[in-house]
Amino acid sequence: MTHFEIKAYPEMWRALDMDVERFDKMRLTLGEIYEKTYLSQVNRPDAMAYFDNMIAEIHGGRIKELLAAKEEGRPVIGTFCVYIPEEIVLAAGGICVGLCGGSQGSVPDAEKILPRNICPMVKSAFGFKAGRICPYFQVLDFVYGETTCDAKKKTWEILDDMVPTHVMEIPQMKNQSDRDMWLTEVKAFKTKVESVTGKEVTIEELRQATRIMNNKRKALQRLNRLRHAKPTPISGKDVLLIEQIAFYDEPVRFTAEVNTLCDELEKRIAAAVAIPNKNAARVMVAGVPMALPNWKLHHLVEGAGAVIVNEESCIGTRYYKDLMDEDAEDMESMLKNLTSRYMQIDCSCFTPNNERIDQVLKEYQESGAQGIIHYSLQFCHTYNIEEIRIRQACEKEGIPYMFIESDYSPEDVGQLQTRVEAFLEQIGD
Amino acid sequence: MYIGVDLGSRTIKVAAWQDGRMVDQQLQESGFEPHEQAREMIKAYNPRYIVATGYGRHLAREHFANGVITEIKAHAMGIHTMLPEATTVVDIGGQDSKVITLNVKGQVTNFQMNDKCAAGTGRFLEIMATSLAYPLTDFGPAALASEEEIQINSMCTVFAESEVISLKNRGIPRQHIARAVHSSVADRIMTMLGRIGFGESIAFSGGVANNPCIVEMIRSRLENVEVNVPDNPSIIGALGASIEAARLGVQA
Repeated sequence: MTHFEIKAYPEMWRALDMDVERFDKMRLTLGEIYEKTYLSQVNRPDAMAYFDNMIAEIHGGRIKELLAAKEEGRPVIGTFCVYIPEEIVLAAGGICVGLCGGSQGSVPDAEKILPRNICPMVKSAFGFKAGRICPYFQVLDFVYGETTCDAKKKTWEILDDMVPTHVMEIPQMKNQSDRDMWLTEVKAFKTKVESVTGKEVTIEELRQATRIMNNKRKALQRLNRLRHAKPTPISGKDVLLIEQIAFYDEPVRFTAEVNTLCDELEKRIAAAVAIPNKNAARVMVAGVPMALPNWKLHHLVEGAGAVIVNEESCIGTRYYKDLMDEDAEDMESMLKNLTSRYMQIDCSCFTPNNERIDQVLKEYQESGAQGIIHYSLQFCHTYNIEEIRIRQACEKEGIPYMFIESDYSPEDVGQLQTRVEAFLEQIGD
Repeated sequence: MYIGVDLGSRTIKVAAWQDGRMVDQQLQESGFEPHEQAREMIKAYNPRYIVATGYGRHLAREHFANGVITEIKAHAMGIHTMLPEATTVVDIGGQDSKVITLNVKGQVTNFQMNDKCAAGTGRFLEIMATSLAYPLTDFGPAALASEEEIQINSMCTVFAESEVISLKNRGIPRQHIARAVHSSVADRIMTMLGRIGFGESIAFSGGVANNPCIVEMIRSRLENVEVNVPDNPSIIGALGASIEAARLGVQA
């Protein structure tokens, strides 16, 4: 195993007004964790090399691309949620970056300002800006937040002091009045993006952007179908990584690389190449997003000899399960198509949210999993409460089920390991 | 001989299994190198197959054990052998508490485990006993003797300890406070039981099952449910591991 290191660009970081000394330490820690978590896996697909490199260049190569885009006057917009319509950003020639919020390292920075008892993802993301330890945050023109939960919507008010933060209102129900409101919000978002470029998005540009996004979603859908093979040709950790990288990579290149990987996986399936072994217990994960670099649960489950075969999550199927209709004659109809597509997302911020219960059961069937682990972050009220209905549905269907509520700190790893192993014993017996 | 080793957070337990029954058992406080200590404890047996369980199970496998199972499966197997009618196991150990449901074959069908804090565990009782200057063995009986119902509201060990201190300083007799401490653990277990559901026969295992007050309080909170404690509840995890050792050892 070659020594892995996240590449350093101290001069560029300094120019971006980062806390370079501290960030450099975090870079080394992340490199070590990545090596231990990812490169220790045996028999990985060759095409994972591209994604390894995306991690090695996460704080360098990709940042250079963003800076180059800004030179050309293209907007770079940071987001935290699958509800922000990427098509519009792309159509305006801009770049949409899903910001990180999956690290314990930035939580203390956030806790100097924010209350402690809120969602770790919100704290982690906020801490990256407060501590000046995320180059993406430093490059952005602005952040587009949303109102999917109370912790987020109130944090945007504080974040706005450090980086311009706009907020899109996300409805909480799916009635006609909510759809109308959402369309208004989409239009306001488009106007904001256009104000940066100084020109209006044309219907052809939006159509082209929609094609790019649909192709990206189709590639991820293909990857998810292929991993459902028995035995699975790729580890859950690797798929999760790709789902995470999907939020910051250049979409056309990313799509091509995912398809290259899929070609390799097809060959592996034909040759019955298995990871980690042919009889590994198959587990599906459902619940909250696992933002980079949150690999805690996957590492535990796969470390115990099982394999994760599905992520029903925003960083997972919720991001790519729905395509958008590309055929529309005028801008108004195109934006309505867009709104309908985004309205299909079954986030727990909606009530009622029966679609998600059905979706979890559907993905369980399709993935050939033997059990479901519902994963929530502490203080994520909507997912933590919706968990009750997911559990009831699993009990009714006789699906082995376990609920884990955790955060990014390592202190509960011992207990989680016991619970995960006991769950695997339960599936295996 | 087939050996089960339970490397718990506070003690190490060993059970030796032969010809379908437990032929020997040991229990020691765990020291700094639990795997070395455990190896020493099993030296005399000439084991054919060793299965480890408990927090140190992976450490034991690195050094001497042939296999591992979790405490959850180990307690399920151990209880199923000792008290086969039980369909629910309550296991309160040093560091965590668990409620496990079993099918008729003794297999785990569901389980609940406390979160990362020490609330509702043996450690919680230990800290409170120290705070009230009771030797651990006297703590349960003293609480049982009290009839005064006072409340400790906090589940968190740190906050509960300050509650205990403030009760002490209000002049409340210590056995009443002891009872309140036990009551809070029993309530915690009842919540876990309520969440997971339970049948008509509950078995109690783990070190805290030696505490008569906790057992009595659980019993009194349940109607038409039998609550049984096996002869030596501390050994149940090691016993389950030894049975698994016999099962795997025959196959090996």
